[in-house]
Amino acid sequence: MIPEIGQFALILALALAVCQTILPLVGAHRGDAAMMAVGRTAATGQFLFVAVSFACLTYSFLTSDFSVLYVANHSQLALPTLYKVSAVWGAHEGSLLLWILLLAAWTLAVASFSSGLPKPFAARVIGVLGFLSIGFLLFALLTSNPFDRLIPAPADGGDLNPLLQDPGLAIHPPLLYIGYVGFSVAFAFAIAAMISGDLDQKWARWTRPWTTVAWMFLTLGIALGSWWAYYELGWGGWWFWDAVENASFMPWLIGTALIHSLAVTEKRGLFKSWTLLLAITAFSLSLLGTFLVRSGIIVSVHAFATDPTRGFFILTFLAVVVIGALVLYAWRAPSLDSDVGFGLLSRETFLLLNNVLLVVATALVLIGTLAPLVVEMMTGGKISIGPPWFNVAFLVPMLPLVILLGMGMHTAWRSQKADAWWRVLRIPAIVAIVLGVIIPLLFYGRVSLLLVVGCGAAAWIVISSLIQPVRSLLRQKGTAGITRSALGMSVAHLGMGLFVIGVTIVSAFGVESDQALQPGESIEVAGFEFHMVGLSNVKGPNFSAIEAEIEIRNDGKLVSKVYPQKRQYLVQKSWMTEAGIRAGLDKDLFVALGDQLGQNAWSVRVQYKPLIRFIWLGALIMALGGLIAISDRRYRAGSRETEAAA
Amino acid sequence: MNRFVWPLVAVIALLVFLVMGLRHGDPRALPSPFIGKPAPQFELPTLKNPEVTIGTNTMAGNYALVNVWATWCVMCRAEHPFLLELAANKAIPIYGINWRDSRLEAIRWLDDLGDPYLASAYDEDGRVGIDWGVYGAPETFLVDPDGIVVYKHLGPLDPVVWQREFVSRMSGGGQAQ
Repeated sequence: MIPEIGQFALILALALAVCQTILPLVGAHRGDAAMMAVGRTAATGQFLFVAVSFACLTYSFLTSDFSVLYVANHSQLALPTLYKVSAVWGAHEGSLLLWILLLAAWTLAVASFSSGLPKPFAARVIGVLGFLSIGFLLFALLTSNPFDRLIPAPADGGDLNPLLQDPGLAIHPPLLYIGYVGFSVAFAFAIAAMISGDLDQKWARWTRPWTTVAWMFLTLGIALGSWWAYYELGWGGWWFWDAVENASFMPWLIGTALIHSLAVTEKRGLFKSWTLLLAITAFSLSLLGTFLVRSGIIVSVHAFATDPTRGFFILTFLAVVVIGALVLYAWRAPSLDSDVGFGLLSRETFLLLNNVLLVVATALVLIGTLAPLVVEMMTGGKISIGPPWFNVAFLVPMLPLVILLGMGMHTAWRSQKADAWWRVLRIPAIVAIVLGVIIPLLFYGRVSLLLVVGCGAAAWIVISSLIQPVRSLLRQKGTAGITRSALGMSVAHLGMGLFVIGVTIVSAFGVESDQALQPGESIEVAGFEFHMVGLSNVKGPNFSAIEAEIEIRNDGKLVSKVYPQKRQYLVQKSWMTEAGIRAGLDKDLFVALGDQLGQNAWSVRVQYKPLIRFIWLGALIMALGGLIAISDRRYRAGSRETEAAA
Repeated sequence: MNRFVWPLVAVIALLVFLVMGLRHGDPRALPSPFIGKPAPQFELPTLKNPEVTIGTNTMAGNYALVNVWATWCVMCRAEHPFLLELAANKAIPIYGINWRDSRLEAIRWLDDLGDPYLASAYDEDGRVGIDWGVYGAPETFLVDPDGIVVYKHLGPLDPVVWQREFVSRMSGGGQAQ
């Protein structure tokens, strides 16, 4: 009964989504206030019904109702409660429902905070979001119903994929989806502006906080996914250029470009058509990512259960949304050109370069992701382009990007006097180059051109991000401090600097070593002695495991003890690696059990990863920067001002 | 043409390309390197009697289904009634490979639910599964009278899949016996 209620609620949500699309759009066109007002009510109702539906699925998981096919396939009685909940989005059908729920939640948020917006504009935004909702609800109901029954019900379920039985992965998809779906708001704002035909600087101010929030969540989601891959897949890498990772990374890159280009549009009224295009692209890439993941068109370690009908549905939806948006764009954009000029040395120039480089980076990732598909279609062979290509190709736009970043922050709008600019930047530049040589040499005892460039660039970003906040601190009194949005920018860039140093050091000085080890034996990796004390059997709720006790010593002194496990999940009979990690800000020491070699001997993968934590710390700080930026008073004051005007 | 049309053109090109990619093959039919090739040779004890062995030779001469199953596999339970139905109709000889399972539990399963298999091989350590490129249970292979693997299906078998993918691939429409 409960699953049927869930399905019925989903159908009602679809009906409301249709109302939410048609009435406000028509109302805005006719100037009919009553019809426009329906949008908000319908959005609230839609959210409630989707929430009921989601609750029903969660209930089915919690009560282990294996007469629901989706539950039978992705849960089992012995599954810990936390994972029974996270199993709701552990596979295609449920994660789609989560997507729909989040879209409804974003819509509700927009509807609730839209009182400062002109009524017709708000109505159009809600209408466009309703249209997207229709697409996803139809997708769920027609091709991926999570409430399908399985009669007769099996006595026990097939268990959640053991890879997903991890707290990090329980919250990774929701964060990622909040980000993905959040770009639909920027998209809806762009479409609404194009329908009405007037796009001014206020538009950019309304769009900015929404975009930043979406970007923040996407940043956190990607970082969490990377962290999870690091400790759970047992390989010790943090990024694999897997098709699905790329699918989340492309919207992030374009979203980053969008945040910067919105700044130009808000402050200077420039780049309007370009900003619109980025807003459309960011969301389109989110949809493309969904398509790639769920159609099975590209083979990936993450691929969901694949189904060609699903692929065709998403592709059709993608085509309708993107082609519709771009036709509107081709029609409206020509009238948006602005004739305000800017100097060659100006913040506008740097932000333009930022945008170009980020778009080039996205294009390279897209090419690398789709290349295997092209080759397969032409030759029939399956190839993998792999990390070597990406690592090199991606560096090409990224190096200039990080160097220009430090300069751009200290450049004024319109035009900047070159000598004043040079006076601010020369000392940081020299310090950065010196640090670029010293950091690798002093701490790691080796230096190369790439290391100097990497460390120097990181130091350059960190120092130049700190100039402004430090200055405003030193100024002590006085109101001319730093605005929240400038502080947010500095913090986010600081995070970027930490990220760059982490990547540089870990890729240059990380050590990986696969060796055989048995109790009583020791091996030495990167100056640390790894001593296997013993092996024991451990039992978990739904797995049994072999656990090694390993002591790590440095110069005979005990640094830490780690307990890597090899787990066998009882239902799916699959083996999982649970790495033993001694985590530290300066370095990680990582031990994972590989295969059993003999009676007691195991192949062990030992890794020394200096500064790897900086990669995720950097991402976390970037997101924090976003949080600070959206707390800027301007966004709230701005909305009040428009309210007063209206 | 105004320059604002170019994004539209680029996207349409990309979409056409993706449609072609999707058409290019049913992605669920993971390209098994064994399709069109002789079935990998094996020789395993049968489930019910360890003294007797069964292998590729046993199946020769007829179209045959080779169904990979296990008691821990929920979807095998879901497809089981349909296998029984096929066996009752004498649609095709069905051989099982009981994969990474416990012999006692597997025999009890067949006693409880019925046995659609002419015989089941007992692949305790999954070695034959590796030779056959098995991703997971259930998987079903269609082997032709010359011992060539004609088709492989991932996931539970049902009447729709059976009609669409299997019957059409057997010359003589499934009356191979």
